[in-house]
Amino acid sequence: MMEKEKIKSIIECLLFFSDKPLSIDKLAEIIEIENREEMKEAIEELEREYELRNSGLQVLNIAEGYQFCTRPEFSSWVRRLYKSQTTFYLSLAALETLSIIAYKQPVTRAEIEKIRGVDTSYVLRTLLERKLIRISGRKKLPGRPIIYGTTQEFLRYFGLKDLSEIPSLDEIKPPVSG
Amino acid sequence: MDYRVRLEVFEGPLDLLLHLIKKNELDIFNIPIAEITADYLNYIKLFRRLNLDFAGEFLVMASTLIHIKSRMLLPPAETVEEEELEDPRQELAARLLEYQKFKEAASILKEREAIQRNVYGRLPLIPQDEDYTIEATLFDLLDAFQKVVIRAEKEVREIIQEDISIEDRIREILNLLENKRFINFEAIFTGQRTKRLLIVTFLALLELIRLKRVFARQAEAFGVIRIYRAREELLA
Repeated sequence: MMEKEKIKSIIECLLFFSDKPLSIDKLAEIIEIENREEMKEAIEELEREYELRNSGLQVLNIAEGYQFCTRPEFSSWVRRLYKSQTTFYLSLAALETLSIIAYKQPVTRAEIEKIRGVDTSYVLRTLLERKLIRISGRKKLPGRPIIYGTTQEFLRYFGLKDLSEIPSLDEIKPPVSG
Repeated sequence: MDYRVRLEVFEGPLDLLLHLIKKNELDIFNIPIAEITADYLNYIKLFRRLNLDFAGEFLVMASTLIHIKSRMLLPPAETVEEEELEDPRQELAARLLEYQKFKEAASILKEREAIQRNVYGRLPLIPQDEDYTIEATLFDLLDAFQKVVIRAEKEVREIIQEDISIEDRIREILNLLENKRFINFEAIFTGQRTKRLLIVTFLALLELIRLKRVFARQAEAFGVIRIYRAREELLA
């Protein structure tokens, strides 16, 4: 039985080194710990420790895993160091298409275009290139159209723990018109 | 001079309709169709006058609006029961409502994007270059290689017997990359004057990619391919 402090330190190492979120399963596999609860507890304790000592880093629960990230209040300092950081934001068309895919996945291009009312092929290509969506298969329909779904990168990009973190469509209150 | 401006303000006809509904404080469930059709067509005219390049879908919507308008003007067929009588605007209203929801969802994502922009994680160990973020596929590499071969065939050259192994070419490619972050795909082939050497070079490159010691990346699909050295190589 490994002691908790050691487990925490190992997790700290792994999170520090990894450039993408590590899932509990992945961490458990590496550290060889069967008990997921034990793992989760250790991660959460680490999370709290970083928060308590006002660290510039945080253990972020993101994209179905955990990752070391800087705190947003220090972003201006990071940008001084890392100037080449591109300030590229997604276009409205891309965001609309992404939200349709996020809610309706798996979804075909025709289904997306029916909702948006415009051609979406270019946007889909951009989103695929940025790995925010992926081709998740083909629909059993005439012509076997490609179906799209969101990716882990989608969750990471928007800082989401998992898909359940986006509000359900019924919760979204469109601004009342009239 | 004839120039065209891409229309970015409105995402599409539904977006324009929502804008008109909001602007005129109309009720989505009870759209005054004659009024909104006139308004909509005015916009289309304006797009044309400004020489804006707008999608054909805008015209499709215009005809849909006119169709709904004409159906509203016609008296209902006598055989139709009262309860079966469907408001011709119903389908449009449903589409607008659905679209509006996703537009709202998109703005929630936009907010999250802005927040997440200020949170930095570790950079990947693979060196990233501003625009060169797309991994070139095997097909991209084959296409690029074909161009190199075709160009080489045009050049007149003497036939020389030269034998070099893939291992040797791997070492040479890594030497080329020394102290550099990347080189262009074509640069790897310069000086390789026989078809055999070109092929050996290409196989060496594929092997290096398989071993993840180099990465083939491009800024856009079918764009120029650059060969990047893996970060570990840089540190070594």
